[in-house]
Order: sequence, then structure tokens, then C-alpha cells
Amino acid sequence: MSKLFRSSVRENRKLTTDHYLITLRPLKKIRKPKPGQFFMLSVDSGLDPLLKRPFSLHRWLGGDFQLLYETVGKATNILKYKAPGNVLEMIGPLGNGFPAGPSKTGILLVAGGLGIAPVFALAESVSSRRPLLFLGAKSRKEVLCIEKLRSLGIRPTVTTDDGSLGKKGLITDILIDFLSRQSSTCLPVGKVVNRYRVYACGPKPMLREMSRITKKFRLKGYLALEENMACGVGACLSCVVNTTDGLKRVCKEGPVFPAEEIIW
Amino acid sequence: MAKKKTLNTKVSIGRLKLKNPVMTAAGTFGYGEEYSKFLNLNNLGAIVVKGLSLLPKQGNPPTRIVETPAGMLNAIGLQNIGIENFIKEKLPFLRQFNTPVIVNFFGDSIKEYAKAAERLSRVSGIQALEMNISCPNRQAGWSIFGTDPKVTSKVVKTVRNATDRTLIVKLSPNVTDISLMARVAEDAGADAVSLINTITGMAIDIRTRKPKLANITGGLSGPAVRPVAVRMVWECSKAVNIPIIGMGGIISAEDALEFIMAGASAVAVGTANFVNPRAAQDIIAGIRSFMSGQGIHNIKKIIGGVNA
Ligand SMILES: Cc1cc2nc3c(=O)[nH]c(=O)nc-3n(C[C@H](O)[C@H](O)[C@H](O)COP(=O)(O)OP(=O)(O)OC[C@H]3O[C@@H](n4cnc5c(N)ncnc54)[C@H](O)[C@@H]3O)c2cc1C
Ligand SMILES: Cc1cc2nc3c(=O)[nH]c(=O)nc-3n(C[C@H](O)[C@H](O)[C@H](O)COP(=O)(O)O)c2cc1C
Ligand code: FES
Repeated sequence: MSKLFRSSVRENRKLTTDHYLITLRPLKKIRKPKPGQFFMLSVDSGLDPLLKRPFSLHRWLGGDFQLLYETVGKATNILKYKAPGNVLEMIGPLGNGFPAGPSKTGILLVAGGLGIAPVFALAESVSSRRPLLFLGAKSRKEVLCIEKLRSLGIRPTVTTDDGSLGKKGLITDILIDFLSRQSSTCLPVGKVVNRYRVYACGPKPMLREMSRITKKFRLKGYLALEENMACGVGACLSCVVNTTDGLKRVCKEGPVFPAEEIIW
Repeated sequence: MAKKKTLNTKVSIGRLKLKNPVMTAAGTFGYGEEYSKFLNLNNLGAIVVKGLSLLPKQGNPPTRIVETPAGMLNAIGLQNIGIENFIKEKLPFLRQFNTPVIVNFFGDSIKEYAKAAERLSRVSGIQALEMNISCPNRQAGWSIFGTDPKVTSKVVKTVRNATDRTLIVKLSPNVTDISLMARVAEDAGADAVSLINTITGMAIDIRTRKPKLANITGGLSGPAVRPVAVRMVWECSKAVNIPIIGMGGIISAEDALEFIMAGASAVAVGTANFVNPRAAQDIIAGIRSFMSGQGIHNIKKIIGGVNA
């Protein structure tokens, strides 16, 4: 069950010019969050910024936990100055999280940019199943978590928009190549269906493409979505997305949705 | 502790008796369930649920909210599950609590308002109706319910005839003289008025040159609107004899007390619920401790108590 609680900052480490990794220690025990779940966090008690901001679980450290964030605006540019001992109020864990697939299926993880924040949490929890990870970013300096992934035994396939690391191009194109090879060399198209589960988080255009890809290869896919949020608990209806089953709240029924459900 | 017990925080809105003057504002507290794990719904003065219409409504496309300095713009567009689903799926939960339920509702025509009021009045567990004539996010033309005194008078009279429940009319701040609208509502038979609904606003992303909300404009709420709301409550309190429910940017007990002293018999907490899911409960506790600190034994003593 989600709670309103406070955490003290243990560490707030700068990773690149715009990316930080914050380690938090809840002042009261919280339930272990699932990968894909998130927290609504106040960066201070003032009136501007006013609303709490959503951040995905990045890493659970058995009590302490980490969030990976990019400084994009008001709240995140305050958050980056938080020092060990500072206390932050938050609500969580919230949302549904990634569903665990049947244990025999292979796992394909796809992350675009900061989408790696929740996808890393999932990668860590399923690392024994040897997931394949596809990681796309704008440029070299936005490719995060490579070392940590290596230590889990995961060597991601990387693309960047400018070719400064990995292949130049879109990560979804690499995924299409991979899936095409799978279906032509070892399996008929239909069989890919049960072979893999796909989990993705990233910018909207990437997720839209993921819906198309999973449909084309008839794969079961799960997408972690983002919408502007005010409450995070299902009360304000600010975060809805259109699905085949009507409007759903990203904070409550999501943030993870079956790829085929989203109407783009 | 003994002293605390002697504090009287009871107020009345029409025939409706509240154990304390703090309720939740429509659209910011879902159907109550969403916040029930964060606070004790029994502690609230009343629960006001998300605005309902006869049939379910989709609302506006995203992006639906954007934060602005000390506030937020929303253009939810009154998405709701419809009255029948509310009665079937949500009301049974709310009936368990010893707290009055006020249903906020709206229609797209005078007839729809009346039908909705009639339907809601046939259900047990709904103690009062709050008619929303003031949402800034409905289609063009809708706003006349809350901005054209003739239409306001007609729609309130029609609803008055359709219900015997306590009837609260929620006023729009997007008018030249809100006290005139309060008088119109009173004359048409309202038991109380509530104010303010959100103030129409707009925010632009200067890089994409696009409005930040898909709906282009939205309603401003939160602390940014509070001084405007306090002023409007004060003006209305001089204009009408029916009770006023004050709201707009209440975050703390101090804020709530400002409204009460400006003339509000009760207050509603809106945007603050998002910031602190226990806000309404904390505000009640804060009002009690202000009262005991100031030696005020009955809250009624300070309603309209501003020396202006
Ligand atoms: C379920 C969920 C999980 C998230 N997880 C993470 C995470 O793990 N790490 C992380 O860094 N961010 C995450 N985000 C995005 C994060 O919430 C926003 O970046 C943050 O709210 C921005 O706050 P701000 O005050 O710094 O920016 P603001 O001043 O509010 O906005 C600055 C700029 O950022 C853009 N922006 C605002 N909100 C979002 C958003 N939700 N998504 C994308 N851009 C936005 C605005 O359009 C604006 O251009 C998540 C969002 C959701 C909905
Ligand atoms: C997200 C959101 C949804 C709202 N929905 C409704 C609604 O359905 N009906 C209504 O009468 N007012 C609605 N309101 C207005 C609030 O009830 C309240 O009048 C207004 O927000 C001012 O109070 P606040 O500043 O404390 O939020 C909504 C406000 C917000 C922020
Ligand atoms: S953020 Fe309020 S309903 Fe999702």
C-alpha cells in the first residue's frame, strides 16, 4: 500500500551535466516497490514548485532506494542541490509496475533516454533470466547505467541519434532488425509471439513505435507511460490516456500498459 | 486535552449539519476512496465528490494540467463516470463513513441539470447537492450558466424545484461582480453558495509557441488565487444571507481561517490535497489549535469576524 512518508537524502550524485542519482532512506519502513512503480516527491515545502513530481524507482537497495533524474525544470533544479541529511516528503510506491512474464519467455528491454530509470530496475530484477537490453539516447553523454548493467551481466545494444556511441540511428530500428532475424532464421513469425516479452520506457514517439512493432511481430509488450500528474493517486484525472478499454489513469491503472491497449 | 473537548467546531449549511467546517473541493478528492488510505474520512466536515453528469463524460484531451507559480492550470473538462455508475460503484463505499456526502453535478442544458438533481435526490446517502455552473473548461456557450444572471436564475430555480436536498450553487470568479451572482442564486432558492471555482488562465511554451494545455485555456487554482478568492467571499458575505462555502488556494489552517473571517461558514480544500493527501485533516487540527490558543470556544464566533 502506498504511503505518505519522508526520506532522508543519503547521497545525491552528479552523473553528467544534467543527470543525477539520488539515494534516499525512508524514515519509516515502506513496502518494497516493484520495478515500474513510482514516487511523488516534494523537493521542498514551499509553494513554488507546488505539486509533487513523479519519479520512477531506479534501484531498490533493500530499504534505501535510488531515483535517477534529469534536471529539466523548476523542481529537478532544486532537487539537485539536496545534500545528505536533507529530508524530502513523498508518496509511494504508486502505480502498477511491470508485470512479470511467464518464466520461460525471453525478455527484451527497450529504453530511450531517461527511460532507463525504470527499465534498469526491471533489468536488475530479471537479470538471472538474461534479458536483452536495447538502449537508445541522443548522444554519448545521455547513455546512462552502462557500468551497472555490465555488473549484472547485461551488455546493452546501444544507439545514439548522433552516432557518438554505438550505432547511429533509432533503437527501435535495431529492435526491428533483431526481431526480423529471429523470425526469418529460427522461427516462423507466429512463434516469436511466445518467445519474448518486451518491456519499454522512453519518449512518446518511441513508445508509439513500440506499439507498432509489437503488433507487427505479434509480441506481448508492456509500455511505461508518462503524463503530467497532479495527485499521483487517481483523484484528479489529469494523467489519463486513451486505451481500447476507455480512458485510463497513468498513475493508477498504469504507468505500465499492454502495448496493444494504447490508442495513439 | 480537556480544553480541546469543549471546542465547538460545528457549522450548518442549510439543513446540513457539519461536525467541522472543512470539506474537500469537487474534482480534487476523486470519489473519496482515492484518499481514504491517507486520512480518516470520518474526520472531515463533508466530502464533495468529482462533478457528475447524467451520462459519463470523456473530458478534454491531454495535456490536461500544467503547474504555474504557486498554482496550477487544469482543463480536465469534467470527465466523470456518470451519476448511475457513481450510485452503484462509489456511493456504497462513502456510506460507511459518518461524514455527509455532497455531490457536485452539472448538465449541458437546464433540463439536464434538473434531471440530474432529481435523480440524485432519490438516493440515500447524498446529503446535499452542489451545482457547478462555473467550470471554465466546458465547450463554448456553457459558461452562460454561471455568467449570465438571467440564465443563472433560471437554472437555479429549475433545480430548486427538482430537489429537496440542501442546494449549494458554485459560483464562477470569471464575472465582473460575483456578489451579484450570489444574490441571483439566493433569490432563485439556493441554500448556500460556494466560491470560487477556478479562474480562467493560459500558459504558453515559448519554445514550441504552443499553449501548454491541449484545451488552450484552463482553470487556475492553488495559493496563487487565494487573495482573489478571499476578497470575493468577503464581497458575497455582505451581499447575501445564505451561508458561504469558501475555497481557493487553502493550504493551511491559517488560510482556512482567513476565509472564515471573511464570511465563509465552511471551507473547501482543493489543490492542497494533491500536495499533501492529509491536508484537509491537518487543516481541521490546525483550526482547533488556533481556537484553543485564542480562547475561541465556538467557531461560529469568528465567521465573518474580520474587522473591515
Ligand atoms: C510515472 C512517471 C515517472 C517518471 N520517472 C522519472 C524518472 O525516473 N526520472 C526523471 O528524471 N523523470 C521522470 N519523470 C518525469 C519527471 O516527473 C519530470 O521531469 C519532472 O516532473 C519535471 O519537473 P520540473 O519541475 O523539474 O520541470 P517543470 O518545470 O515542471 O517542467 C520543465 C520542462 O519539463 C517538461 N516536463 C514536465 N513534466 C514532464 C514529464 N512528466 N515528462 C517529461 N517532461 C516533462 C515540461 O514540459 C517542461 O518543458 C517521470 C514522470 C512520470 C509521469
Ligand atoms: C483538477 C481539478 C478538478 C476540478 N474539478 C471540479 C469539478 O468537477 N467541479 C467543480 O465544481 N469544481 C472543480 N474544480 C474546482 C475546485 O473544486 C475548486 O473550486 C478550485 O480548485 C479552487 O480551490 P483550490 O485552489 O483549493 O484548488 C476542480 C479543480 C481542480 C484543480
Ligand atoms: S495524477 Fe491525478 S489521477 Fe493521475
